Amino acid sequence: MSTLQIEQVSKLYRTSGLAGGVTRALREVSFDIDQGEVVTLIGESGSGKTTLGKIVLRLITASSGKVVFQGADIAGFGRAELREYYRYVQGIFQDPFSSYNPIYKADRVFEMLRDVYFPRVPQRAWEAKIDSALEAVTLNPGDVRNRYPHQLSGGQLQRLLIARALLLDVKLLIADEVISMLDASTRVDILNLLVSLKRAGLAILFITHDLSLGNYVSDRTVILRRGAIAEMGPTPAVFGNPQHSYTKALLDAVPQLHKKWHSPGAVRDVSAATRRPGRSVGPVALAPPALTECEPGHLVAVEE
Amino acid sequence: MTVRVENLKIAYRTLAGDVCPVDDVSFSVGDDEIMGLAGESGCGKSTLGTSLIRLETRMAVLGGKVELDGVELPIDDDRAMRRYRMKEISLVPQYAMSALNPTRKIRRLAADLLRCHGVGYGEIADELRRRLDLVGLDAGVLDRYPFELSGGMRQRVTLVLSTLLNPSLLIADEVTSALDVSTQRAVGELMMEFRDRRFVKSMIAITHDLSILAQIADSILVMYAGRLAEKAGSDTIVNSPLHPYTQLLLASLPAVGVRHDDTTLVGIPGRPPPLSNPPAGCRFADRCPFAYARCKEQPPFTEVRPGHQVACWKVAEEVQAA
Repeated sequence: MSTLQIEQVSKLYRTSGLAGGVTRALREVSFDIDQGEVVTLIGESGSGKTTLGKIVLRLITASSGKVVFQGADIAGFGRAELREYYRYVQGIFQDPFSSYNPIYKADRVFEMLRDVYFPRVPQRAWEAKIDSALEAVTLNPGDVRNRYPHQLSGGQLQRLLIARALLLDVKLLIADEVISMLDASTRVDILNLLVSLKRAGLAILFITHDLSLGNYVSDRTVILRRGAIAEMGPTPAVFGNPQHSYTKALLDAVPQLHKKWHSPGAVRDVSAATRRPGRSVGPVALAPPALTECEPGHLVAVEE
Repeated sequence: MTVRVENLKIAYRTLAGDVCPVDDVSFSVGDDEIMGLAGESGCGKSTLGTSLIRLETRMAVLGGKVELDGVELPIDDDRAMRRYRMKEISLVPQYAMSALNPTRKIRRLAADLLRCHGVGYGEIADELRRRLDLVGLDAGVLDRYPFELSGGMRQRVTLVLSTLLNPSLLIADEVTSALDVSTQRAVGELMMEFRDRRFVKSMIAITHDLSILAQIADSILVMYAGRLAEKAGSDTIVNSPLHPYTQLLLASLPAVGVRHDDTTLVGIPGRPPPLSNPPAGCRFADRCPFAYARCKEQPPFTEVRPGHQVACWKVAEEVQAA
C-alpha cells in the first residue's frame, strides 16, 4: 500500500470583489507516493501546487476528494489523531528565515517538540537523539545548538527543520520550494540530503517550479497546469519524452548553461515569448482533462 | 566605453565599523553590452548596482570613481545624481514586482515619474504605448492599478517605465528571479530586445542565476565576498572558467537531464567569510580545495588571457607556466 494516496482532490476558492466567483485551484488531482520515493510536483505560480501540499498537511481542507495516509482518511482526524499524524508527516517551506520564531534558540524548537511528543524520554537520551538527527543532516551540533535563527545561514536553517522532522518518526516529508531561497553553492547539498533520506525509506513530496531540480531528485514527476494534472510518470519518461505541449514549452524555457534559447542569428519572436503557456485563456473548466496512458505509468492529459 | 568603474569601494556605516561589500572593484561595460553580475547572497552585487544610481544614507563611497560615457558621475552626491537618473542611468529594482506604487494607476505613475525628470507625459505617450505593445501589453494596462496585473506583467511594466527615456545604462537587479520559467524566458528575451533596439545602450544584469546569464549576457562578472573573482565573455565563463569558485559553482548546478542516480553533484562546503571582518588574502581560500601558502596574500585581479580576468594566484601561475 502506498504511504500516501491523493484521490480526486479538488479545491475551490471563492473570490470576492467585483469579479467575484470561484477559482478552481485544484481539479480532481490523484496520485500516490510510495515509501522510499520522491515525487516532484511541478507547476508555475497559480497551478495549485502549494495548495495541494497544504491539503496534505491538513493546513487547509479539500473541497472534495480525499487524502489517505497509511489507509486512513486524514479528513476525519480529530485533535489527538492529528497530533499523531504530524508525528509521521512534516512540512518544510520556502523561506527558512520566516519558519522560525526569531527569539527562540534552536534548542527551544526541539524542546517544544519534546514536550508534545516525547515527554517521557530522559534528558540524556533526548540529547543523543538530537545529536544523531543533526548528524543525519550533516550539521555540526556545536555550530547550531544554542543559536538564534539569525545566527545561522539559510542552508543550516533548512537542515535544522529537516532534523526536527527526523526527531519524529517522519514517514512523509512535504518539501515546498525548500531550496529556492538558498545560495547556489549550498542548494545541491540539501537535494543530496533529501535523496539520502529517501534511500532510508522516507516518502517525499517535492514541490518546485524549477524543472532541473525536480529532474535531479525525483523518481516520479507530476506536472500541474491550472489545477489539473497535465502529465505524470517516471521522471526519465516525462523529461526525456514529454508528450503534453505544456511540458514541452516548460522544458524549452528552462535556461541552460550550454544550450541557448535561440541559436545565434535567429530572429527572436518576442510576441511568442510573451505568450505564456500556462496563462489561462477563457474560464477553467470544472472537470479536468482526461488522462491517457501513453506508455506504462506515463499519463498525459488531453490538451485543453 | 559606456561605463567605467575604477577601484570603487563602498561601505555601509555601522556602529561596529565600516562593512565593505564592494571592495576595490574595477570593470567596464561597453556599448551594446549586457554584462551579467553574478554571486551569492551577501557578495555585494546589489550594493554595487545600487551604488551606481543612488547611494543609501548609510552607504558611503570610500574611494574610486565611476564614469558614464566619459563623464564622471557624482555618485556620492544625491542631488547632483538626480539629473542622471532615469535619463542616463536607470534601475529595475530587485522585487520589481512590488516597485510600483499600489495607489496609483500605471498612467499616473508614469506621468509622475516623467514630470520629476522634466519630461511631459504628452510628449512621450505614443512611445509609451508602442513600447507596451512591444512587450505584449495593450494600452489598457495604463488604466489599471498594479495589483490588477500579474507578476510578469508588472515586471514588464517596470522594465518599460525604467527605460522610457533611453538611458545609457540600465541596472537590472534580479529581474527574473521571482518569475516562472516561461515568464523568465519572456523577460530575458525582452531585455535582449531592448538592447538590440537601443532603448538602452548597455546593461548590468545582476542575478545569482548563472544559467539565465548564459542566455542573455555577453560577459559575466563573478563576485565573491565583496571582491571580483573572474570576468570574461559569457561563453568562456560557462565553458572554461578559471577561478576555482566559478568552477565549483558551475559544477554544483543541476542541469536539465542530470539525475542524482547517475551523477551526484556536490555543493561548496563552508560559507562566505563575514564582510565585517574579512580575512586577509584571498577571501575564497577557506573553501578552496586548491588553496596554498600564497593565498594568504590578496591576489590581484589581472588579465590572464585576452578579455579574461581572474583574481587567483594559482591560475596566474599556471597561465604563466603554460
